[in-house]
Amino acid sequence: MKITLLDYGAGNVPSVERALQRLGVESQRAATPDCIANAGALVLPGVGHFATLIRALDDRNLRAPLLDALARGVPFLGICLGLQALYVASDEAPHLTGLRLLPARVRSLPLTVKLPHMGWNRLLVKRKSRLLNGVNAGAYFYFAHTYAAINDRPETVAACNYGTEFVAVLEKKNICAVQFHPEKSGAAGEQVLRNFLRLCA
Amino acid sequence: MTLARRIIPCLDIDGARVVKGVNFVGLRDAGDPAHLAARYNSEGADELVVLDIAASRDHRPTFLETIRRVAAELAIPLTAGGGIRSAQDARSVLRTGADKITLNTAAVATPALISETSLEFGAQAIVLAIDAKRIGDQWMVMVRGGREPANREVIAWAKEAVALGAGEILVTSMDRDGTKSGFDTALTAAISSAVSVPVIASGGAKLPAHFAEVFTAGRADAALAASIFHDDVQSIRELKEFLAARGIPVRLPC
Repeated sequence: MKITLLDYGAGNVPSVERALQRLGVESQRAATPDCIANAGALVLPGVGHFATLIRALDDRNLRAPLLDALARGVPFLGICLGLQALYVASDEAPHLTGLRLLPARVRSLPLTVKLPHMGWNRLLVKRKSRLLNGVNAGAYFYFAHTYAAINDRPETVAACNYGTEFVAVLEKKNICAVQFHPEKSGAAGEQVLRNFLRLCA
Repeated sequence: MTLARRIIPCLDIDGARVVKGVNFVGLRDAGDPAHLAARYNSEGADELVVLDIAASRDHRPTFLETIRRVAAELAIPLTAGGGIRSAQDARSVLRTGADKITLNTAAVATPALISETSLEFGAQAIVLAIDAKRIGDQWMVMVRGGREPANREVIAWAKEAVALGAGEILVTSMDRDGTKSGFDTALTAAISSAVSVPVIASGGAKLPAHFAEVFTAGRADAALAASIFHDDVQSIRELKEFLAARGIPVRLPC
């Protein structure tokens, strides 16, 4: 199985690439509609500003092929901004439209805590999932973000609490996403990636 | 649920080698960066910093190659800095494998570099590094590897940098650096109270008690040290066990 990494010029693409390499999986960077249309499994890495990702998807005409692939059931993993992009919109760039696969807005974490939420935190697991299979209950994951999906919805697998509870892991059929960076989260992160690869097999 | 306090080993890089010195002078060789990176990754370091201390244009390709080699060993975040003077420098460092950059001298000279890089890469990727020296009753900013005063007061500069888009402040006490007499907790607490972003304390660490102190009285979110880790004076695992036993939240590797 070859993994297609959506490379829109910014973000954590090299890190994700290396993490997959360590797990013995081949990946290819893709930035054209054709590459996405032909992908057998997709990873959308992302870090930084919501607008950068959404604009890149639209400027390169990747939105439609990406939505098609997701509707076809192609296994998908969104990382950090790649999770936030699934929602209707984000307060970080209110004038832009997200992928609208999940009916909620991405909001800022509360100003009562230091932002960005930067560092290692634990999960509040809400339900059984494929993505967290074999992950220790007390495991720490690396987060680096200011905005988050602050909502309580059925696709939420695990939340994290930092000033407020927000979505850390979600699963909806073929669509998986994590707010943390599995590629930077040591052994626990590798387990999450391994679980995703199993879904792609 | 609490965010873990981070322990961050730092590799000072000269060319392709790790070096160490006292008070920014008298450097000597301390090993291969990729080798040390692999060791810290498995010992439970929460992040790694590599700093190009020579920071000369001629050495740039060598430093980028070092970043690439170090990143290949890591399943934790990597911060790289030293000599980043433009958005293009930042881009090449981040695309080579670093997750964050530190800005220091160039940001003092051109504060707009902070906003420019923050807009492009996100605040989470921009660490403002401050070398602080106590002068009279104030902490003052030093630049060019700590050799020159910048005529800026540390707290005001930290606040300005955060307003411009810095996502973290890495503060090195030049008075304590290399002395092994403990972090300057008054300095880190003053910055931590003044800004809304995480603060990384650096300079002066030797004993586990120094780390406990900087996470409590010093109000630091992360602590950085170099030589005590390189020399095997202090294992990261034992340091974290010490902190956990004192109720300080840390990530203990499973």
